[in-house]
Amino acid sequence: MDEPLIAIVGAGVMGTGISTLVVGHGLPVVLVDIDRGVLDRATTAIQHGLRHAQLTGALPPGTAPGRLRTTLHLQDAAEAAVVIEAVTEAPDRKAEVLAAVSALVGPATPLVSNTSGIPIDEMAAWVKDPGTLIGTHFMNPAYLIPMVEVIRGPRTTDRTVQQVLSTLTRIGRRPVVVRDAPGFVTSRLLHPMINDAARIVSEGTATAEDVDTLMQGCLGHPTGPLRTADLIGIDNLVDALEELHARTGDERCRPSELLLEKVRRGELGRKSGRGFYSYSEAQS
Amino acid sequence: MTHEQHTSQAPLDTDAVIDRITRFVAEETRTTPDSDQDLFTTGLANSMFAMQLVVFLEQTYDVTVAGPDLQLSNFRTIKSMAALVDRLRAQSATGTDV
Repeated sequence: MDEPLIAIVGAGVMGTGISTLVVGHGLPVVLVDIDRGVLDRATTAIQHGLRHAQLTGALPPGTAPGRLRTTLHLQDAAEAAVVIEAVTEAPDRKAEVLAAVSALVGPATPLVSNTSGIPIDEMAAWVKDPGTLIGTHFMNPAYLIPMVEVIRGPRTTDRTVQQVLSTLTRIGRRPVVVRDAPGFVTSRLLHPMINDAARIVSEGTATAEDVDTLMQGCLGHPTGPLRTADLIGIDNLVDALEELHARTGDERCRPSELLLEKVRRGELGRKSGRGFYSYSEAQS
Repeated sequence: MTHEQHTSQAPLDTDAVIDRITRFVAEETRTTPDSDQDLFTTGLANSMFAMQLVVFLEQTYDVTVAGPDLQLSNFRTIKSMAALVDRLRAQSATGTDV
């Protein structure tokens, strides 16, 4: 039986994690990026991720990984059954890629924009058939976290929703469908909380460790908001907060000075070896 | 390569392995666990840290953790990690790469 090909555009942290998830469940992936170096690093990261997923029992036992192909040519996504766009969290960049993809793929092929908070309908005008556009918000690492927020835009068709839900189920995810809005549900709640946690640290109320420990021990947060910031990437977090602030006007979403300072210093979290915490080489 | 083969065959002192792993866990978690303490149920380790333990053991002891060995139960305690290292090095010494 031929498994459906999944195209993933953008080989950053999210594109890499989603690729790991999909091949780990036995489906073939074509991973597209504009940078060969980025694709090579993604290939290594996907092998590492597959081991990580196996270690934690996150993959179905006895499933041979699907074939992974990396490419610099967007045309290679043309045959895909589903396309997942996971480029930088900037509406213009996303819209540009989605427009190009929609011109290549077959009619009614679902186009999934993976975003932590950009409203799907802002990008719908760019694609050939707005009914095929839908949003997902995978968590990082996508291959370990079983739940996915799915965003149905005002123009998304039932058929697109059904196809994407069935693909997500096939790769072992539990989807929850929500309506389109800035930050949807999870980012609308989480991002201002992380921003406040950073303010608490810079005001000297508590250390980053104590903030996280309290959120874990008293409120059941799995890792604490500032470890989560390090995992998201503080630069990505600032971008997402700015997008949220621009759309909601909520002052809690204006990136705090400490977050901006960390970005200026290149302390971006796990991926750079330092954020609110320091990470040794063995951790990255 | 003869040098590497030599080192991979050299027997390791289990106590020294336990000490080295304990130091690594202590550096990363700022807590010094007992060698038979379950790192996961006691909240010291999580799924992200588990993979760091794998990479640490591989790099420190020149072994590869793969196939059925790549499961959390081998990494639950410092003792179970030391036992895994011991077994993998014994396998590579006798050339039985299962």
